[in-house]
Amino acid sequence: MIYIAILIIMGVLLLATAIFAVTHRDLLFAVIATGIISLILSLFFYLLQAPDVALTEAAIGIALTTIIFVITIRNTTRDEDEIIDKKNEKL
Amino acid sequence: MQQEFHEIFVKYHEIITLGVYGTAIGLMLIGLYAVLMKKNLVKIVIGLSILDAGLHLLFIGIGYVQGGTAPIFSPGYEDAGSKMVDPVPQALVLTAIVIGFAVTAVALSLIIRLYKHHHTAKIDQIKSLKW
Repeated sequence: MIYIAILIIMGVLLLATAIFAVTHRDLLFAVIATGIISLILSLFFYLLQAPDVALTEAAIGIALTTIIFVITIRNTTRDEDEIIDKKNEKL
Repeated sequence: MQQEFHEIFVKYHEIITLGVYGTAIGLMLIGLYAVLMKKNLVKIVIGLSILDAGLHLLFIGIGYVQGGTAPIFSPGYEDAGSKMVDPVPQALVLTAIVIGFAVTAVALSLIIRLYKHHHTAKIDQIKSLKW
């Protein structure tokens, strides 16, 4: 029964993190939320008996994707609506 | 503990299946909303990556067999072939994760080029056809 509870809590957490990643205005927070989605997803893969997929998702989804997103945000803009960036270059 | 884990998984298989499918389809819908409705290009790529994640979870959920073990032959488990989960969707998802990373990298490099040229990352302010 505790495993069912863990799975349901993980599913709700996954959906809540996805909604946060889509709706938040600061892009750096959204990218970190995407990394947390990959973390919970790799736990899901482990519980569904796919350990190799869980390892790959942990390596690529959490580390590499977050790094290239952060590089992009550093080269472009951090605010989604680009209002704050044009005034004083910082959020 | 592993035995108990599998007994519980067999008992509540319906709830697990419904929960995994629901979570996967919900993730795909959230990603599709971000791809269709957001103006910022980085946000669109984030939505694409969330859509990918939902698709991977759906595939792994389809390949899951009631009370199955991981598809690995180890010493002492030579007769485990009949109670394994399906390894084919797992191989597909393993490839799809790597391809999704490559697609994300190409899209982000295009976003950097667009920003250097237009000084904006919003698609409603990029009006020229040629760049």
